[in-house]
Amino acid sequence: MNPILIRHDVSGEDFSLAGEASVDIKNQLRKMGIPADAVRKAAISIYEAEINLVIHATGGTVEAEVENNEIRIRITDNGPGIPDVNLAVSEGFSTATDEIRNLGFGAGMGIPNMIRYTDEFDIKSTPGEGTEINMTVRF
Amino acid sequence: MSDNDNGGKIFLHSVTLDLDKCKGCINCIKRCPTEAIRVRDGKASIISELCIDCGQCIRVCQNKAKKANYDDLSVLDNFEYTVALPPPSLYAQFNNIDDQKIVLDALKAVGFDDVFEVAAAAEIITAATERYLTRNKGRLKYPVISTACPVVTRLISVRYPDLLDNLLPLITPVELAGKMAKKRASEKTGLSPDKIGCIFLTPCPAKVSAIHSPIGTEHKYVDAAIAINEVYPLLLKEMKKLGAELPDQQPLAGAVGLGWGIIGGESTSLKSTDKHLAADGIDNVIMVLEDLENHRYGLEFVELNACSGGCVGGVLQVENPYIARAKVNKMKSNIKVNDEPLDDDYVKLMWDKELDYNPAMELGDTMEESFERFTRLQSLIESLPGLDCGSCGAPTCAAFAEDVVKGNAEVMDCVVLLRRKTEEIYKRMESSFDSVGFSNRTED
Ligand SMILES: Nc1ncnc2c1ncn2[C@@H]1O[C@H](COP(=O)(O)OP(=O)(O)O)[C@@H](O)[C@H]1O
Ligand code: SF4
Ligand SMILES: [Mg+2]
Repeated sequence: MNPILIRHDVSGEDFSLAGEASVDIKNQLRKMGIPADAVRKAAISIYEAEINLVIHATGGTVEAEVENNEIRIRITDNGPGIPDVNLAVSEGFSTATDEIRNLGFGAGMGIPNMIRYTDEFDIKSTPGEGTEINMTVRF
Repeated sequence: MSDNDNGGKIFLHSVTLDLDKCKGCINCIKRCPTEAIRVRDGKASIISELCIDCGQCIRVCQNKAKKANYDDLSVLDNFEYTVALPPPSLYAQFNNIDDQKIVLDALKAVGFDDVFEVAAAAEIITAATERYLTRNKGRLKYPVISTACPVVTRLISVRYPDLLDNLLPLITPVELAGKMAKKRASEKTGLSPDKIGCIFLTPCPAKVSAIHSPIGTEHKYVDAAIAINEVYPLLLKEMKKLGAELPDQQPLAGAVGLGWGIIGGESTSLKSTDKHLAADGIDNVIMVLEDLENHRYGLEFVELNACSGGCVGGVLQVENPYIARAKVNKMKSNIKVNDEPLDDDYVKLMWDKELDYNPAMELGDTMEESFERFTRLQSLIESLPGLDCGSCGAPTCAAFAEDVVKGNAEVMDCVVLLRRKTEEIYKRMESSFDSVGFSNRTED
């Protein structure tokens, strides 16, 4: 069977739209009949990455590809990039502003949650160029 | 009441259709929040697994073809002794009353032997919620979501599996009222419980469904439901009999219980937490649930009511919900807060049956089937006009595409595609006529 691909462009402009891509992908995954637990893990991971696109980058793309009992997720942006990736993946690390924190984000648990909920996680980032995250959820 | 057998699970729905009145317009299909209605062969039909009994279609149908099923007043004759269970939102249907007493008196005057206020039971549920939150502090899946509105509970059980564990596992105030009323009446009269009828005055179809198939418990404590807009004129008549002596019924509920009739009443009565949120109106409820699946926002308790304004906005109510809300607030300020609400054993209020996820979104019965259908769905959506015109009987092109891949509709039910196809055939015919020397044009 051919893989199924779902792609969303995430705008960096409109905070009110943040989270829409993950909601849509979650609903699509449910329609595909993927087990609820895998849908949940994928949706939370995509949500965290999507929020990061809005608060730390200038938007980007979210892609989810489903094939052979796995959901492969790719998140890319052309934002500022991350100077120290090892630091960024650690629990509680955040460069979010107070303003963002007041909105209830910026607890520094986004990337740690992605690592926790996915079976494979990989992040590449070049300061000044952007960030790419690849994650896999198996079911 | 229609029983729908769904893989061994019986769902009871109280929203039904009057086929004679339905003209097959698209008002309801467009407004149904779960896209549960289709027009087929010129008549609407409700997809049972998707219906959450919210009553939105009853509100929007101009032909009054959608209706709620409930009992009529003659149900009182089935019992030797009857107890009315009025919800707090009922009181706000009347003008110029300072408290609920006259409504309770009038209920007796129309024929009930006794009255037990749902608002009084609601105060016990408030206390039980408080206990549940404090005893399990830090160990719960937050935010805890209220289960008072059955529409919300059912919506979560079909669409938000990740939030099932957030639901407050307590029976509803209506059920508790039925339970207590039956016990009290049985003690008072010596009659066996089946001879006593506990009859709820319902603001909505969802609560009718919930009394017939309760959520989280096998026990049925409420025997029947009558619509508020049916008893309203009778109550009004009794109240207006000038100088007439109404039977006396002492109120039990205080300000907290009355507050349950409006949005925010349940959450703001909690003393153990101020991290709560209240949202009303089915579209807003859905918006909050979508957000809560991803993020907790530091919340501990969430109150969600399907109707705007809370139960005062129920589809079977009489008064404008905003006016009703103001009246509740006025009554609340007139009456006391019960310091010690009636006590009951906390544990007995907990659910004794688990609420299952009833997936309603999957395209097929197996993952293979769903996957294959999804592949066809994606390309079909591409080929549809995307007008969401509703002429095919589905609310959107995407919903129509789902119907097609599930085998419930034909691609050519899309009038736009059908027209394109006929035009194509016509053109082809025209050109083949031309090539063999026929012409339908009269040119010499
Ligand atoms: N797409 C991105 N572009 C630039 N920086 C990012 C991006 N995603 C994450 N970061 C950096 O990594 C840090 C940690 O991210 P995360 O764990 O999601 O926590 P939070 O978003 O709460 O700060 C962020 O504070 C930010 O400095
Ligand atoms: S808000 Fe109240 S009236 Fe409306 S559906 Fe829910 S329980 Fe019924
Ligand atoms: Mg983050």
